[in-house]
Amino acid sequence: MKHLLIIALILWMSPAYAGTQKAYPTGASTLRTALSNAREGDTILVMPGEHSGSGYDITKRITIIGMKGAVVDGHSSGGTIFLVNADGVAFRTLTIRNVAVSYVDDHAAIKVLNRVGTDIDGCRIENGFFAIYLSKSANCRVANNTIIGAMRDESNSGNGIHAWTCRNILVTGNTITGHRDGIYFEFMRQGTVLNNHSEQNARYGLHFMFSDSCSYHNNVFASNGAGVAVMFSHVVEMIGNTFRNNWGPTSYGLLLKEIKEGHLKDNHFERNSIAIHAEGAGHFLIEGNTFIRNGYGLRILGGCEEITVVRNTFDGNTFDVTTNSRESFNTFSGNYWSSYEGYDLDHDGVGDVPHHPVRLYSQLVEQMPSSVILLHTAFITMLDLAERIIPTVTPDLLVDNKPLMKPRAQQQ
Amino acid sequence: MKTTALLLKYVVRDVMRSRWLALYLIFFAAVTEGLLYFTGGEAKTVVGLMNVVLLLIPLAAAVFGTLHVHHNRDFVELMLTQPVSRSAIYFALYLGVSLPFLIAFVVGIGVPAAIHGVVFNPPILTLLAAGSALTMVFFAIAYLIGVVVQDKAAAMGVAFISWLSFAVLYDGLILALTVIFADYPLEKATIAMVVLNPIDLARIIVMLTFDYAALMGYTGAVFQEFFGAATGIIISSSSLIVWTLLPVFIGRRAFGRKDW
Amino acid sequence: MIRIDHLHKSFRALHVLQGVSVVLPTGSVTAIIGPNGSGKTTLMKSIVGLVQPDRGTIAVDGVSTINNPESRATIGYMSQVAHYPENLTPRDLVNMVRGVRMSRVPDISDELIEDVQLHGHMDKPMRALSGGTRQKVGSVLALMFQPTTLLLDEPTAGLDPVVTERLKERIIKVRDAGSTVLITSHVLSEIQELADRIIYLHEGRVIFDGMVNELLERTGHDVLSRAVATIMMQSNGGVQ
Repeated sequence: MKHLLIIALILWMSPAYAGTQKAYPTGASTLRTALSNAREGDTILVMPGEHSGSGYDITKRITIIGMKGAVVDGHSSGGTIFLVNADGVAFRTLTIRNVAVSYVDDHAAIKVLNRVGTDIDGCRIENGFFAIYLSKSANCRVANNTIIGAMRDESNSGNGIHAWTCRNILVTGNTITGHRDGIYFEFMRQGTVLNNHSEQNARYGLHFMFSDSCSYHNNVFASNGAGVAVMFSHVVEMIGNTFRNNWGPTSYGLLLKEIKEGHLKDNHFERNSIAIHAEGAGHFLIEGNTFIRNGYGLRILGGCEEITVVRNTFDGNTFDVTTNSRESFNTFSGNYWSSYEGYDLDHDGVGDVPHHPVRLYSQLVEQMPSSVILLHTAFITMLDLAERIIPTVTPDLLVDNKPLMKPRAQQQ
Repeated sequence: MKTTALLLKYVVRDVMRSRWLALYLIFFAAVTEGLLYFTGGEAKTVVGLMNVVLLLIPLAAAVFGTLHVHHNRDFVELMLTQPVSRSAIYFALYLGVSLPFLIAFVVGIGVPAAIHGVVFNPPILTLLAAGSALTMVFFAIAYLIGVVVQDKAAAMGVAFISWLSFAVLYDGLILALTVIFADYPLEKATIAMVVLNPIDLARIIVMLTFDYAALMGYTGAVFQEFFGAATGIIISSSSLIVWTLLPVFIGRRAFGRKDW
Repeated sequence: MIRIDHLHKSFRALHVLQGVSVVLPTGSVTAIIGPNGSGKTTLMKSIVGLVQPDRGTIAVDGVSTINNPESRATIGYMSQVAHYPENLTPRDLVNMVRGVRMSRVPDISDELIEDVQLHGHMDKPMRALSGGTRQKVGSVLALMFQPTTLLLDEPTAGLDPVVTERLKERIIKVRDAGSTVLITSHVLSEIQELADRIIYLHEGRVIFDGMVNELLERTGHDVLSRAVATIMMQSNGGVQ
């Protein structure tokens, strides 16, 4: 029985068994006929020209390859363009565009329901309502795609790469722009997001909730409406990412909400209105990151504990660290602070005087937001100075006892 | 008018020969060049420059305006014995000292900014406009003080206290009110308080041009909405104009009745 | 002619002029004398518009001077202490005065500058000039438009003898041209030399107003200083 199964599997996978179909924009052999004629393991070559229509159902394990100049165009009507209803389906170098917008259904350029092993590589998706939509699927790979949304506003655009209740998904080397969320994960396990560019999306560059054991390396999240939001997840690893120009009244470089056990390392936060906003985050290691010219560097609100902030660089932020609490259950050590005014008599590179990164004024602003109108006034400067000399309101435990005199050599 | 213009020429000539005016210009040029050289023409530069402008212009105006009244006793006495109206003398003196300082400020910041090619950036332009308005406002106030308070030392004291009130204490008052009324929506009240103080008004207008609203959360959004709309622009310019004209006219009245 | 009626002026509680009424005829030099604080300078400053009287009227050649800057077109004034804008030069000052006068009368500043030997100092800033030199500048500014009314507050203080004589000659010349001249001085010999008439002020009131000769006759002295001393004692006694 066991042997039979292996033999069947080998047969199924053997190239001798597979054929190649060509799909032409016109004539008898269209994409639709090719798809229905295809057998398991076949390859369909989508020939140059415009292939109109939507609702292409894929029910067999096939590979679809877009030839140069081939476009599948949904003309913004109908529904989802490719619906993957088989395991092991692959898309290669295919251009898909103009998915119908709907307020009821999540139409996508490629939608995968309840499948394993989908592999989408090198495709270009323009004006997808949703571009790539994975649902209850596993072991999928989304790589090297260019995904360009129509820059509609938040309420009538979908996500670039959307994955819901999936396992073991690799998203790598994609460029996503003009969608609601660039990358959206919900109920994901073991997601890996590497080397993607997610820029100028209406809401979040990356948005994930209830997604445990995921890692995010070397991505760039820039100029998104609200930055990156990471919520209700455990074991999150974010290394070497860049969060840039996420600037606006409701924008964050990185929003951490109810996150336990995270590791943030060597990320670069530049010119975000709030680089990291943490609420209810715990057991977090924030190390070696660079915070440059942000409005707020680290905003740590109530319920955050055991956050360790070490060897980071805080340079030229309006507020380096703010908190709404007088208490601090977090550790700061060995960071570089451009606002540090101490000295280093023994020349060991570490300041001799501890640094309190929280200013009185930032504390005030957290508690009374309208006092922000006093930003950059002489009065506030004097108040901060007085507080620095005689601390009364700022958390005295929130202190870096080993502030660096010089920033660590920068990656980038 | 003709007499005012003629007198203005001599007052300006007198002020132009003052070392303080040259120092004032050089100071702004040095600070601007320094900030542009070390930080580039970004928000940080403008914030640094703005802090200097908001403190120094009202202080310099308070000091030099008040002193100017007293230093020009002789000029006033000479002119009063000529067939010249007191208004002409007053306006010539006020404009004669405020305009050179205004020009020194604009040149001091404008020339280095032009060299670095950032002079037409909206934040720099706004800063120049705001600084010019502050110059006219605080020289007007200083002139009023100089005319009303006879004793030079006392006048300097009053001028300094008024500077301290506008530049520092007023913000303390705003903060106190914010704390006391923390449970109430304060956006409208804070807009009103900001509009009433020319220094705060200048600061907010400059900050809004370089996108600081984003840092200011909901308050920032409310401010941006107010100051971005025609009504807000009209109200804030009116405030600056009233802050200039009111002291000028009260000062002119006091000057008209003053004995020399 | 200057006509002053019931002139009152107080500086806070200090009642400096208490109903001064005098008439100064044309073609005469009138000297105001009196102890320090008697109101001499305040009276002169009231005529020229530096001080705003509380009550009373002043008319120069029939034109009220109060709140009427135009009336000063024919008045020349030389102040007690010669203060002028420090960074301006005498030439600036002369030009400035010429400018604001928009002169109807030809100005004789060149002649005056020659007279008081000021030509070497015309382009130095006022702050660099000595007290006497500034006084010379003051005399030029007061006289350059050949005023029909000339007010001189201690004009010769700090001047060297040569220039003092020239200035006196100039004052006589102005009077002889039919102008009204009012002068204060501490140098009584100078007053005897220049003045036709005397006004003696004491605590803001006119104690004596008449010809110099009348004062001498009334007091029985032939030297003005003695006569003044007598009237001073009388007025002090009168107050007691």
